[in-house]
Amino acid sequence: MNPVRIGSQDVRALVIVVILLALLPFFLSRFALTVATVALMFALMGTGWNMMGGYAGQFSFGHAAYFGIGAYTVAVLLTKYLLSPWVGLLIGGALAAVFGLVTGYLSFRYKLRGAYFALATFAFAEMLRLLASGSSFINKAIGIHIPLVGGDDWARFQFENTQRNSYFVILLLLALALAATVWMVRSRAGHYMVAIRDDEDAAAALGVDPLKYKLLAVALSGFFTALAGGFYVQYFLFIDPDLAFGALVSVQILLRPIVGGVGTIWGPLVGAGVLAVLGEGTRTLVRQPPAFLSFLQGVNGLDGMLFGAFLIVVIIFAPEGVVGVVRRIRTRMER
Amino acid sequence: MFVQAVVSGLLIGSVYSLVSMGLSLVFGVLDIINFAHGALMSVAMYAAFVLVRSYGIDPYVAMLVTIPLLFIIGVVIQATIINPVMDAPLHNQLLLTLGLALFIQNLLLVLFSGTPRSIELPYASGALALGPLAIDFPLRIFGAVVTLPKAIAFIVSLLLAGGLFLLMQRTPLGTAIRAAAQDPEGAELVGIDVRRIYLITFGIGAASVGAAGSLILPFFFVSPTAGETFNIIAFVVVVLGGMGSIQGALAGGFLIGLTQELTQLFVPGSSKLIGVFALFILVLLLRPEGLFGSRT
Repeated sequence: MNPVRIGSQDVRALVIVVILLALLPFFLSRFALTVATVALMFALMGTGWNMMGGYAGQFSFGHAAYFGIGAYTVAVLLTKYLLSPWVGLLIGGALAAVFGLVTGYLSFRYKLRGAYFALATFAFAEMLRLLASGSSFINKAIGIHIPLVGGDDWARFQFENTQRNSYFVILLLLALALAATVWMVRSRAGHYMVAIRDDEDAAAALGVDPLKYKLLAVALSGFFTALAGGFYVQYFLFIDPDLAFGALVSVQILLRPIVGGVGTIWGPLVGAGVLAVLGEGTRTLVRQPPAFLSFLQGVNGLDGMLFGAFLIVVIIFAPEGVVGVVRRIRTRMER
Repeated sequence: MFVQAVVSGLLIGSVYSLVSMGLSLVFGVLDIINFAHGALMSVAMYAAFVLVRSYGIDPYVAMLVTIPLLFIIGVVIQATIINPVMDAPLHNQLLLTLGLALFIQNLLLVLFSGTPRSIELPYASGALALGPLAIDFPLRIFGAVVTLPKAIAFIVSLLLAGGLFLLMQRTPLGTAIRAAAQDPEGAELVGIDVRRIYLITFGIGAASVGAAGSLILPFFFVSPTAGETFNIIAFVVVVLGGMGSIQGALAGGFLIGLTQELTQLFVPGSSKLIGVFALFILVLLLRPEGLFGSRT
């Protein structure tokens, strides 16, 4: 299994990276800023997924459930009760954590593991999607539009003039999630989680309560993934059942940590960076191809095809993710 | 209304059974959850669509092409991209088949665009002569309407399911496949080429959607994501029936067909999949080894 230790070196490096990321928007074009903001949002979701899927080894294929709960909570509280999204984020995070505890408790009680657990999480997310599509309280399949207030509003974190501020909000949330991961992994609970991941029966035999620590990981994971959902709504000003709970959302969430490196603190960050560059690269290639590839112009689905092919290549040739490959090369060079 | 729901449920349930058998077989033998199963079904639908539209071939005759075609595609997929991850962790396998699904769907999008298409069956309504017997379609059974394409899908699905069952139980190949599923090392020791068995198994899994894709084409729109619905349902069926169990997939398919039609009847206005997923979660929690699986 991957080494999971987060050393002081890593923490120092993380602090430096966050500071550098905070300076980044002063050098970016408006378009690049949008790409970077979305990348940080994916890094946040991935960091949330990683707590449960990476460190505690509980492979979730339904993280859209938490993302969607966060998104809808912020949207409903704002549009119906005029509550600030900051409050909405906290409540959405708490609701997602509770949802994770309840569904996690049910699943773990019945000893769902591996593929069965993954399919169960998938089914829970699909249920929420179908329920949201049928509920008139949240506008059924039509979704919810967030009214634009105009100007810059920190209370709502909507920024018409200084888009940079949106970037700072998501960076702040990401930094919180990273800090929580460091705390979690370095705590006694984190050690137990990893022990359970590597061999649940052995850990249980040594007196660790698997249920308790798996649930802790699920709750934390749900909370931080929901924050990304809340941010999504305020940034894109729209949510509907597919965007919130769709299977594609779950895939997007687990993609970054897997591409970057499962169960490593850097995995979700690196994965988000790599996929942002790759995604924009292929999109540009399809939209404005160089002369010799001009036949690609405007062909629908080409970027998706390249993306799928990229996934296949990564899994076959770099199954432990980018961070794993870097580690492997580094240890080889040290010898 | 009730009779119609039951009849419709049984009719579509047979197709679900056929699709799920392929998925279940692949899971049981290779221990791989194939998320690209539905995408392969879309491939089969487009292959049949092209044969019908461009070459004027009858959709049911087209099956003679789509079944072997999908078998070959399945073998190639297993040989090139599934084999390297046979021992990889679960998340890698899941993501690989997801990547494959994404690739296939978008390839279809590039080739055929996203516009949904359909075909007309010229003899869909009117009398169908079977020797001395003439049956009027749409058929009415206790007031329930049965259209000809659905009746054919029902019968052919059951025949193919029975054939697959016999293949697994009564032939040397079936015995070898079951041996490889139970104990790959042991099978290897008694002279079974397990890698070859894996190729054939994935091929058969793909061939099952090769048949299903053609069978539903006369009453289903084809689009790059058309197979996706069947993908999700096949997962439910496989978990319900016990992963790896052919009989379980057969029974599970009918159960899901009935559940979705009855959900629509008794909870109007909701998605018919709500009942399906509720049942799914219940079974996962109460009997994760499946309704028909055995606790091992």
